[in-house]
Amino acid sequence: MKLAIVIDGYYFLEKFGLITVIFALSLVVAMYSTLAERKIAGFLQDRVGPNRAGWGGMLQPLADGVKMFLKEEIIPAESSKFLFIVGPSLAILTACIGSAVIPWGDTIVLFGRTVDLQVTDINVGVLYIFGVVSLGVYGIMIGGWASNNKYSLMGAIRAASQNISYEIAMGLSIIALLMMTGSLSLRDITNQQHGFWHEGWFSWNFFSQPLGFLIFLVCAFAETNRTPFDLPECETELVGGYHTEYSSMKLGFYLFSEYINMFVSSAVMSTLYFGGYNYPGMDWVMEHAGPTWGPLVGVAALLGKIFFFIFFFMWVRWTVPRFRYDQLMNLGWKVLIPLAIANIVATGLWMTVKATYF
Amino acid sequence: MESLTNKKKVLEQKPMTLLERMYLPAIVKGMSITFMHMFRKKETVFYPEVQREFSENWRGMHSLKRDEQGRERCTACGLCALSCPAEAITMISAERKKGEEHLYREEKYAAVYEINMLRCIFCGLCEEACPKEAIYLDGPIVPADYLRKDFIYGKDKLVEKTIEGVNA
Repeated sequence: MKLAIVIDGYYFLEKFGLITVIFALSLVVAMYSTLAERKIAGFLQDRVGPNRAGWGGMLQPLADGVKMFLKEEIIPAESSKFLFIVGPSLAILTACIGSAVIPWGDTIVLFGRTVDLQVTDINVGVLYIFGVVSLGVYGIMIGGWASNNKYSLMGAIRAASQNISYEIAMGLSIIALLMMTGSLSLRDITNQQHGFWHEGWFSWNFFSQPLGFLIFLVCAFAETNRTPFDLPECETELVGGYHTEYSSMKLGFYLFSEYINMFVSSAVMSTLYFGGYNYPGMDWVMEHAGPTWGPLVGVAALLGKIFFFIFFFMWVRWTVPRFRYDQLMNLGWKVLIPLAIANIVATGLWMTVKATYF
Repeated sequence: MESLTNKKKVLEQKPMTLLERMYLPAIVKGMSITFMHMFRKKETVFYPEVQREFSENWRGMHSLKRDEQGRERCTACGLCALSCPAEAITMISAERKKGEEHLYREEKYAAVYEINMLRCIFCGLCEEACPKEAIYLDGPIVPADYLRKDFIYGKDKLVEKTIEGVNA
């Protein structure tokens, strides 16, 4: 099927366009996540949040960006300068490339051409995501190490051990899902969740893997260094954590990469467990809206799910207090990993029973 | 030993049940509480446009009062400076000349009256010490400034503005 794709000039053009659009989208979403975070924090605390720059504070991210760029750029004299610059660059790079394998929508007919709304449909999409996520910790590690500051180093060590611990549980939680889907391609996984209802049960993976989703969700919080697992930048103990020594846009990159990570992990969660661009009654819409507008509704559905998850990230941040470090490790190693393994066993048993008796 | 009051209460710490150790019900409960707060009335006062009323016993910037004929009440007795625990008040007195009766109520007045607003702790002892009811801390918040010398407020800033039609 892959070989059937005609590679011509337009193919490169449409991929280039798609990459540009997704890149811009993730940056804009990350930008406005910073505003949304402050707004939601305000609402949850009976305040109004930033509301001076532009209508209702809509220009606040621009003001923040300009401020970040205009700040003095300080590189500590005792730091290793090359790694000090590599750190934030790596953080934002790994945050941005994660979105490459996410299917943003069904195949769409644009100007008479059938366009795949996915940058690349590699058959190890899930593994790619995991690889990129594992790389993400290097940005933090290198930055914290290069700062030559004990607080930065402590933050970096925390980030590294936390991410490695939770990656195991995350990987195990996804195995149960992969046993059911039988594919690592995110496109295949999404297509299997077509619509909302299939043969007497919900077709979205969440409804067959609720425990797996819960483990994945908790691990996603830990991987993106969000509260309640934001120990790497725990200001009461570590000043600023791994970005203590950073200033100007290098600090901006670190903060920004956190929001892009949030966006990408929301997209992954929506794709794996909540049907991606599928939504109830999509067949009817596809029939009536045509091959151009129908998939776009799917894209909107996916974005809606992503925005809900981003909101969820922020909602949790302003509700749940931060874990202590030993509690974090206990949760990761003694609770989530056994639970994930139990989930694999239970899924395997259920699949065998289903295959034998039904 | 028998306890003197019955206020002491021994807390029983039961081991947590499985449901409590999962934390999830507690987290869900907490999140529902925070979510409800989104629809509460906002407490924010939009400051430059809307200003909150000061309380009855608010102590702000000092003002040197005039009497009903618009004459300065202060007689430069120095009791305010004496009572000031922060030693923020200094003054130089002068004798009232002939023809100045419409400016100063007493025969002696403060030619220079300075309060260092960086030293002042707004305790209000000066207004309590004043026998002539000449100083009150009934002004607004003392504004920020850039230089130390600009925080030494003289009579130009402290004395009440003249009442229209009574005094020139």
